Amino acid sequence: MKGGIIKASWAALALLGAVCIGVLALRRGEHVNALWIVVAAVSIYLVAFRYYSRFIGDRVMGLDATRATPAVLLNDGLDHVPTNKHVLFGHHFAAIAGAGPLVGPVLAAQMGYLPGTLWLITGVVLAGAVQDFLVLVISTRRNARSLGELVREEMGPVPGTIALFGAFLIMIILLAVLAMIVVKALTDSPWGMFTVIATVPIAVFMGVYMRYLRPGRIGEVSAIGVALLLAAIWLGGQVAAHPTWGPALTFTGTQITWMLVGYGFVAAVLPVWLLLAPRDYLSTFLKIGTIVALAIGIFIVMPDLRMPALTQFTDGTGPVWKGSLFPFLFITIACGAVSGFHSLISSGTTPKMLANEVDARYIGYGAMLMESFVAIMAMVAASIIDPGVYFAMNSPPAIVGTDAATVAQTVSSWGFVVTPDVLTAVAADIGENSILSRAGGAPTLAVGIAQILHSVLPGEGMMAFWYHFAILFEALFILTAVDAGTRAGRFMLQDLLGTFAPALRRTESWRANVIATAGCVGLWGYFLYQGVTDPLGGINMLWPLFGIANQMLAGIALMLCTVVLFKMKRDRYAWVSMVPTAWLLVSTITAGWQKIFHDNPGIGFLAQVNKYRAAVNAGELIAPAKTMSQMQQVVINNFINACLTAVFLAVVLSVLFYSVKAIRAARAQPLRTDRETAYVALQPQEAHP
Amino acid sequence: MSTRATRVWRGLVQTARLCCGVPDYDAYVRHLQEKHPERPVPDYATFFRQRQDARYGKGGFRCC
Repeated sequence: MKGGIIKASWAALALLGAVCIGVLALRRGEHVNALWIVVAAVSIYLVAFRYYSRFIGDRVMGLDATRATPAVLLNDGLDHVPTNKHVLFGHHFAAIAGAGPLVGPVLAAQMGYLPGTLWLITGVVLAGAVQDFLVLVISTRRNARSLGELVREEMGPVPGTIALFGAFLIMIILLAVLAMIVVKALTDSPWGMFTVIATVPIAVFMGVYMRYLRPGRIGEVSAIGVALLLAAIWLGGQVAAHPTWGPALTFTGTQITWMLVGYGFVAAVLPVWLLLAPRDYLSTFLKIGTIVALAIGIFIVMPDLRMPALTQFTDGTGPVWKGSLFPFLFITIACGAVSGFHSLISSGTTPKMLANEVDARYIGYGAMLMESFVAIMAMVAASIIDPGVYFAMNSPPAIVGTDAATVAQTVSSWGFVVTPDVLTAVAADIGENSILSRAGGAPTLAVGIAQILHSVLPGEGMMAFWYHFAILFEALFILTAVDAGTRAGRFMLQDLLGTFAPALRRTESWRANVIATAGCVGLWGYFLYQGVTDPLGGINMLWPLFGIANQMLAGIALMLCTVVLFKMKRDRYAWVSMVPTAWLLVSTITAGWQKIFHDNPGIGFLAQVNKYRAAVNAGELIAPAKTMSQMQQVVINNFINACLTAVFLAVVLSVLFYSVKAIRAARAQPLRTDRETAYVALQPQEAHP
Repeated sequence: MSTRATRVWRGLVQTARLCCGVPDYDAYVRHLQEKHPERPVPDYATFFRQRQDARYGKGGFRCC
């Protein structure tokens, strides 16, 4: 009887999700409340978690509560520690949540909220959460090995090296695109610039405090840090309004690019306790706090979605980014639906602390559902602002113009009616000179977050405070990612170069350190610089590269899972990873192919190269390029991007080749051939941490 | 009730510390005493510094 009631309530929950999706998809011509999206997402997540993840855990992987995990077997009290599952869930979620799930949906909103929302929900349930969960289990059963080691072990040394090389490339593109978001948010924004610069002395103060005054008092010092940050946001408003300081802190995109490159280099060679660690504390706590505040805000305010469900830009002609819904929506929204980067966290770090195999379902699958929910909230934040404002903020000046009157006219001509007064009023509300052409996700999201938080906690001038709070929160964890990533990239590069020049591998050598750091900064700095200075550049240039790279890594991780399932002789369940693998490969390869070869210069890199090269040869200028050297720059940048995309395709295709080979070999064997470590029974006293 | 609240609070503190790469100090001390009684037990400050270097020394993958 009781079981019947429980089953009936799960069925009701599933029905509720379906009804919400139906309302979202079918209601036209009137505003839909954002809660429909939130309720649809949450109910489908819960049903998927209850049924699909349990199916994967019990049937596909055969999770065994009596099997000892690496945390138990290799317990050293430090890295390998059996950890309470809720604590580990929090840690895992904090490690996977970043800027990606916030930016992707904002860019995807140009097609309307519906396509992105549907992909976020189905993508996470069938692909993203499955990947995180499977990789976590596979790594746990192999002494918590990292993704590269797993690929090497299960598929061979060549694909292992290829996968590592692919991971390094993604890292470079990721750092460039993240830095680009910061550049776009801080250009001509003295307020934002001041608060972001202020984080450096605040972090250094925290670092010194924690090292010498009160060692290890993270909570105490973080509270002081957050208070100082809030004060810095307030002070930033005063500074920006100041007649001398305001203009002194107003920088162009190129200037900020050079500052970031210099900063990235210095931050990566400084001792970690001074800047990196304390700022990471701030960014972690601020990130979680903002996500929670946003969720509460959406439930209290219950805003209407003002963006249409679908816009005319599903045909690929959108101003924010070019390309049709398939395949480009599926690489634009990467992180909230499925993110290859997570496979690097799910292998290596988290499995070392898993107390029991069965916890992997809650942590691997569950945390990814949370991440998808964050992306859903970003979609809501982007869709509740006036669509006219959205397009004015996210379209490049080459398309919409550079002054409020022209921009308002162009955007209105698309059917998103907006007046110049509205655009200047929004800018004034958030304490900025202009909101035009600030593509990059962060500013749009910040406007959405500011509107929600301002409705909850209204107050004179508070809108501008919340806007800069949101910008700071994003800039903070992006900058942390930039120096942590540069440091990690430096070690990867030293390892890579060490094969040719062994002296460079010595990580304690100052010279090797500086060379490798400069190499790493130079690589991402180059892509950042080209994106900022290219007349056609911007987030629309780098984001597709990043999306392709990230989904490619997800494809590699899922191919690994498929190979392992075949090697485990679980052929009949292999569709669980094969279906998402196939979808990712099809969309990534199509997107990569179109980015290289599409004959529309707005999409295809080579078409753009040919167009500009022909004009250069004829001695003509094509707007928005103003000089011949800018024309040359467009040619070179697009050519390099085409080559990089080709490398991504080569990486993913070669791993596919090795996977097929490994699967065929596995199917030819009568018994399982995977490299799982031997079963060791969990002692009764170790069962609960 | 108060023991439950204390447990939840301890869990939250532990989660927050773990997010910054600092594992549970008490668990480490317990581990040392049980498994390696011959080794000296570092004080919290030393433990914290070592963990900070271990966590950030190699940079680390950060998610997008």
